[in-house]
Amino acid sequence: MSAREIAAAVRAGATSAAAVVEEHLERAEGGDGEVHAFNSLLADHARRAAVAVDRAVAEGRDPGPLAGVPVALKDNICTRGIPTTCSSRILDGWRPPYDATVVRRLADSGAVVIGKTNMDEFAMGSSTENSAFGPTRNPRDKTRVPGGSSGGSAAAVAAGFAPLALGSDTGGSIRQPAALCGVVGAKPTYGLVSRYGLVAFASSLDQIGPLAADVADAAVLLDAISGPDPADSTCLAGEAPRAAERLDAGVDGIRVGVVRELAEAEGMSADVVSRLRQAAEALAGAGAKVDEVSVPAAVYGLSAYYLIAPAEASSNLARYDGVRYGLRVEEPGGDVTEMYEATRTAGFGDEVKRRVMLGTYALSAGYYDAYYGKAQKVRTLIIRDFDAAYESFDVLLSPTAPGTAFPLGSKTADPLTMYLNDVCTIPSNLAGHPAISVPFGWGDDGLPVGVQVLAPALGETVMFQVAAHIERLAP
Amino acid sequence: MTEVRTGWETVVGLEVHAELSTATKLFCGCRNVFGEEPNTNVCPVCLGLPGSLPVLNRMAVELAMRIGTALHCRVQPSQFHRKNYFYPDMPKDYQISQYDVPINADGWLELPGGRRVGIVRAHLEEDTGKTTHVGGGGRIHEASHSLVDYNRAGVPLVEIVSAPDMRSAEEAKAYVDELRAILVATGVSDGKMEEGSLRVDANVSVRPAGSDQLGTRCEIKNMNSLRSLGRAVEYEASRQIRLIGEGRTVIQETRHWDEGAGKTGSMRSKEEAYDYRYFPEPDLVPLAPPAEWLGRVAASLPRLPAERRAALAALSGSSPDSDAVVTVVRLGLDRLVEAAPPEHAALALRRTANEVASDTEAAARLDARAFARLVALEAGGKLTVAQARTVLKELMRRGGDPEEIAAELGFEALDAGSLEKVVDEVVAAHPAEWERYAAGEDKLAGFFVGLVKKATGGSADLGEASALLRSRRGG
Repeated sequence: MSAREIAAAVRAGATSAAAVVEEHLERAEGGDGEVHAFNSLLADHARRAAVAVDRAVAEGRDPGPLAGVPVALKDNICTRGIPTTCSSRILDGWRPPYDATVVRRLADSGAVVIGKTNMDEFAMGSSTENSAFGPTRNPRDKTRVPGGSSGGSAAAVAAGFAPLALGSDTGGSIRQPAALCGVVGAKPTYGLVSRYGLVAFASSLDQIGPLAADVADAAVLLDAISGPDPADSTCLAGEAPRAAERLDAGVDGIRVGVVRELAEAEGMSADVVSRLRQAAEALAGAGAKVDEVSVPAAVYGLSAYYLIAPAEASSNLARYDGVRYGLRVEEPGGDVTEMYEATRTAGFGDEVKRRVMLGTYALSAGYYDAYYGKAQKVRTLIIRDFDAAYESFDVLLSPTAPGTAFPLGSKTADPLTMYLNDVCTIPSNLAGHPAISVPFGWGDDGLPVGVQVLAPALGETVMFQVAAHIERLAP
Repeated sequence: MTEVRTGWETVVGLEVHAELSTATKLFCGCRNVFGEEPNTNVCPVCLGLPGSLPVLNRMAVELAMRIGTALHCRVQPSQFHRKNYFYPDMPKDYQISQYDVPINADGWLELPGGRRVGIVRAHLEEDTGKTTHVGGGGRIHEASHSLVDYNRAGVPLVEIVSAPDMRSAEEAKAYVDELRAILVATGVSDGKMEEGSLRVDANVSVRPAGSDQLGTRCEIKNMNSLRSLGRAVEYEASRQIRLIGEGRTVIQETRHWDEGAGKTGSMRSKEEAYDYRYFPEPDLVPLAPPAEWLGRVAASLPRLPAERRAALAALSGSSPDSDAVVTVVRLGLDRLVEAAPPEHAALALRRTANEVASDTEAAARLDARAFARLVALEAGGKLTVAQARTVLKELMRRGGDPEEIAAELGFEALDAGSLEKVVDEVVAAHPAEWERYAAGEDKLAGFFVGLVKKATGGSADLGEASALLRSRRGG
């Protein structure tokens, strides 16, 4: 059952939230030993929430558009009284004293949080192998990675443990795992969804977004969490565009530009490119005006990203110092600096350390202009090139990831190869624009392939409209 | 006021941190108060908990604009930066501050003597928590352990950075004294150095008298009173002159003032100085107060001390930097001098500065009209100087009417009633002029006083007549 169907049945009293939650808990308890989508399954919490939803229905109150729908939360989204680990040892034992804004919005919509999902530590990675608690496996092929960093969320949806999940996307961390697991994943416009309660990786790039089995479910979830929040200064004021508004409107007359630089980017596998061309042709066949478009600065996105994101991360992750919460490692007689070092050495994994060091270096006196400053200029160029493209096109099209899900362990030895996974997704984060990955056929290995629909800032309505149609046209 | 010590000139620039008198902290809703139980006035934001985000306090911005305007600064669109360094009392291990675009830049402050000290900038930033080192002498390297209170974390500060324009310890003290008076007068801060709501660091260097090159400076910290600021600057200048005299060089470093020992000691050298890795705070949007808001702030500023000194000097015929004027303005007793008959303003100034100022609590309660009548009595020769002082003392002790007090004390009885009658007659006979005078045309006071003089054949106390006229108009 889709999330829409579950909510409709619960609201109508045709089924109970308790039964829905029980069914999903059972499935997750049975299957997650192998997949490891969850860091924690919140059975008691979910059962209590389901009872509240059912009571509302019984009392004639509407629990909301997501009534009784189980949702899996990436484990970097704060939940009051429930461990929020970011899949890191450094947050050992920490329980947030507050709920993230999105968690409150989910509750207001009648959704039931069913568990916290595994991820690359602090969302740094593209395979969910950088987790202190071990990797998540791709439900489509358990020898393969689910992508990352929201690999647990994508896997939970793909495995049917939860119809909906929230992830966070800093450089592709929702869209790439969605593509690799054969589900839908969207990164909204920067500022559309409140970041309050999202543990920061790179603040100017992070956005929370939906993962779901189909485009319409993803749209309903996004609409439930988007909108202004006084607790997040970067959250946009004004009415949020409705993702679910025009899902059935088709693509007749919509101008679709295939981004040449991304389709031809380094490392793209032939089957992925061929699925992209196929999707473009299908859209043209359905009445869209499809053409190629050049976004020249897009190819520099990866380099700019790997300066900006680590720079912000080096500052955001400084607070994990052992003084106030989480892990503390100290030798008797040591001073506070030694405690910092011992704690951070033991608490952070290699990838986090690598990026903190990169970022610290990029911000250092004498290097700022050459690295961070220059990367910000590239960001401006990318926005300019996208703006130019959107003068002629309503949406853009590209691959989501360069290939299908890769075998566990196959890229861990070479960080740069791993980083290349995000070449198509990063430009949207740098520009602050929305983008969505939709499953479209399979690779030569029989694993799912995603195509990415990109839209200008606050272009969610048309983006979901096109994505929904691609889904209909998919083989 | 250049201080030349055997051919050397002292150069001082000051960095003053003032806590703003807001109801709440800079980025959260916690109360901005002093002296609570440790760690009770905190929340996820000021504790820097993972996922929390800052939201800028509007009142803090307004107070910052107020001090910027009072210091003749350019109040401009600005941005927040992160200043990164590890310290246990900083919850995020970075401080949200302002860097290359502060809210206030390029102003000046005029010392009572008329010399202007340049203000480089006055920017907004958050305070840190407070660390207490337990064991040893209260310094971190001697401590067995440290306690941190985060109540102060996130309290709004303005950091006011002067140009190196002061030439002596005395001038440095005068600058802080004046700045404190402005902060208090504008309601920006309570300016209490002892409670730490005003903190001063001094950059001190020396150079041969007549040189226009700046010498190597040392930054002196830990002065907690004006007196210790003066002592620290004196000591440091002497130390540097002695070093140079011995053929050694001054090393740029941060030095700690030890109040007990009366010495400065090295904290860290330039080589050990932190690289703060400033970068724009991505969690806050740029700050651009509308011109209309700034206009309202400027219009609402009270008269500043320099202006009040000038007014008082003009009124009393003394110099703006005379001790009497400076004292009266610093204590906010201008109203007493201004209420006295203008021709007796000099006497009123002397009485205020010499007698009234010695008891600030009673001074605050002293009724200006009663004080004015007393001054008139003395000026009119109805009381001797000694009698006037005695009556004033009583007036300050218990309030009341100076003539009654004088009568009680057996000082010469006075016929105040008959003077009042004459004034009434004169006023009644010239209703048109009275109306103009009552509407604020002050020069007509002379007209009425002249009539009183004529009517009484020159026997009336004209100051008293003046005061009666004013009190009739005021009532």
